[in-house]
Amino acid sequence: MDPLTKIESRTVVLDVDDVDTDQIIPARFLTTTSRDGLGEHLFRDWRYREDGSRRDDFVLNSPAARDCSILVAGRNFGCGSSREHAPWALLDYGIRAVISSEIADIFRSNSLKNGLLPIVIDKAPHDWLLQNPGVQVGIDVAASCVTLPGGETAAYSIDAFARYCLVRGLDQLGFLQKHAEAITDYEENRQWTP
Amino acid sequence: MTAGEPRTLFDKVWSDHIVVEETPETPAILYIDLHLIHEVTTPQAFTILRDAGLPVRRPDLTLGTMDHSTPTTPVRTFKDLEIVGEGAARQVMQMQENCREFGLELFAFDSPHRGIVHVIGPELGATQPGKTIVCGDSHTSTHGAFGALAFGIGTTEVGHVLATQCLLQRKPKTLSIDISGSLGPGVTAKDLILAIIARIGVDGGTGHVIEYRGKAIAGMAMDARMTVCNMSIEAGARAGMIAPDDVTFDYLNGRPRAPKGQDWEAAVTRWRALCSDSGARFDKTVSVRGEDLQPMITFGTNPGMAVPINAPVPEINGNASLRKALDYMAIIPGKPLTGTRIDIVFVGSCTNARLSDLQQAANILRGRKVAPGTRMLIVPGSQQVKKDAEALGLHDVFIAAGAEWRESGCSMCLGMNGDTVPRGQLSLSTSNRNFEGRQGSGARTVLASPLTAAASAVRGCITDPREFL
Ligand code: SF4
Repeated sequence: MDPLTKIESRTVVLDVDDVDTDQIIPARFLTTTSRDGLGEHLFRDWRYREDGSRRDDFVLNSPAARDCSILVAGRNFGCGSSREHAPWALLDYGIRAVISSEIADIFRSNSLKNGLLPIVIDKAPHDWLLQNPGVQVGIDVAASCVTLPGGETAAYSIDAFARYCLVRGLDQLGFLQKHAEAITDYEENRQWTP
Repeated sequence: MTAGEPRTLFDKVWSDHIVVEETPETPAILYIDLHLIHEVTTPQAFTILRDAGLPVRRPDLTLGTMDHSTPTTPVRTFKDLEIVGEGAARQVMQMQENCREFGLELFAFDSPHRGIVHVIGPELGATQPGKTIVCGDSHTSTHGAFGALAFGIGTTEVGHVLATQCLLQRKPKTLSIDISGSLGPGVTAKDLILAIIARIGVDGGTGHVIEYRGKAIAGMAMDARMTVCNMSIEAGARAGMIAPDDVTFDYLNGRPRAPKGQDWEAAVTRWRALCSDSGARFDKTVSVRGEDLQPMITFGTNPGMAVPINAPVPEINGNASLRKALDYMAIIPGKPLTGTRIDIVFVGSCTNARLSDLQQAANILRGRKVAPGTRMLIVPGSQQVKKDAEALGLHDVFIAAGAEWRESGCSMCLGMNGDTVPRGQLSLSTSNRNFEGRQGSGARTVLASPLTAAASAVRGCITDPREFL
């Protein structure tokens, strides 16, 4: 994983609440055995019609959206299934951060393991971002802070360990492996065995 | 926490599995007692192991099945089975290869134990009180019905568990949902959980582990408790738990993977302590009156958009999400859904495809026919459920009614295996998600209980099951 320290981008705004992972990546694309190439199917059924033609009115199809790496979404983004294909698809498309006022637990955890930054901010700045699509926003990962166009900042909270790993590009498996001895101790000393 | 302070069921299971305590800087390392795996969310995890040259730490605590992309069309022998789609076929093959290479037990096509991952764990007695159980699947919450701490994880985490048998976790908050009284006739566990989600919202449990308690829960059989815990994730909670009791122990006693003899006695003694102490503190509490509940039905595109079956669908009143949902569903606000014509009825999924679910459907279908123009699929949750149902002659009831009787699998719950709802058609499904396109591109889904499903299949339109009781 590459270190993630700063993101500077215009925003693309998807003003829909409760976006579920079946929308982010429909189940029929989960038969893949790799992590690559899922961006093509991101929001597939919102981006394309049944006959395969593009829906030009869908925000991720607008030319302005193409280079945006920050997605501002409605409340409770990423609810539903545990498919890690959802953050994989967003990353493959070019999204590096999702900003909302609430993000579902499993999606958030999956995102952090892949270098996709899930950002939960207060309702007021979230509402403002929803109403002002395409603004230039800066994210300072080490400081856990979003800078809005006028220089105003909105702090967000993120698990300290997840941030540490993101900023250094560390894989969390390494941390677990360092505790191999503690794991063996636990296995040998527990009161009952599964 | 000081010693002697009353603890919740969750606290007890959590602290029993701490390998390394959490600190402000680092999450806890939590030991996992049972890791269930299936073909869709594991291929990339095995790649992690292979790339790092790592073995599976505890093959003996890992159990594999194939359920999501497997066909459910009836076959005489499993050699005749044809997997729909190249991707699905490759995935199933890789699952078999991965399990062989890493020495993991897999219930493959010819296994009598194969089935939906959340049906087979309990059925085998592998799901037990006090265990930590994970799977790359959000409905792992199902296993919490036994007083296990069970939750869904992503594929990277599947890799972590395969390699270390542990997960990095922050301690979640707790939410107590107390259900008093008992459920009325025609009102099932499915109606209860839909009513709870409608009340607290699809994010009402985010960041929390739910404990379902109260008289209505104590009065439920294990199948029903599993239905309730199964849909905890639909309220945003990763896990739902129910304290184990004699109902739990009776269910487990004698199952293939349950403890035997002296071990059984010791286990039951240990399990009896797994309940929330009186005075234990929860971060949030909700109370529900069981006797007030009605059969429920969803009208929108998430499981929180549900109403009692005879109640009108809410008016839009400027609510953009509701407008979008009703547009997609082609459902008119302000009127009840009863009488709406349905194209497909699906009885299946890890929510409602256990034996008692099929019995409930059969009780209404016995001696009746599925309405002309309506297609009904009945997909048992496992090969064992299929066998048990056939021993009771339920398959004869279904076939005589004109329904399709299938092999086990996820099937039309998520339409990965070729069983899909055609675009625009309305499906009444006993599964757990009515998201746009969940059952197939452009498919429209309403969720309800197996009783409502069977009653509606007979009439060909959405029907209050109490008309048949
Ligand atoms: S039945 Fe549906 S919800 Fe359950 S595991 Fe299968 S796909 Fe997931």
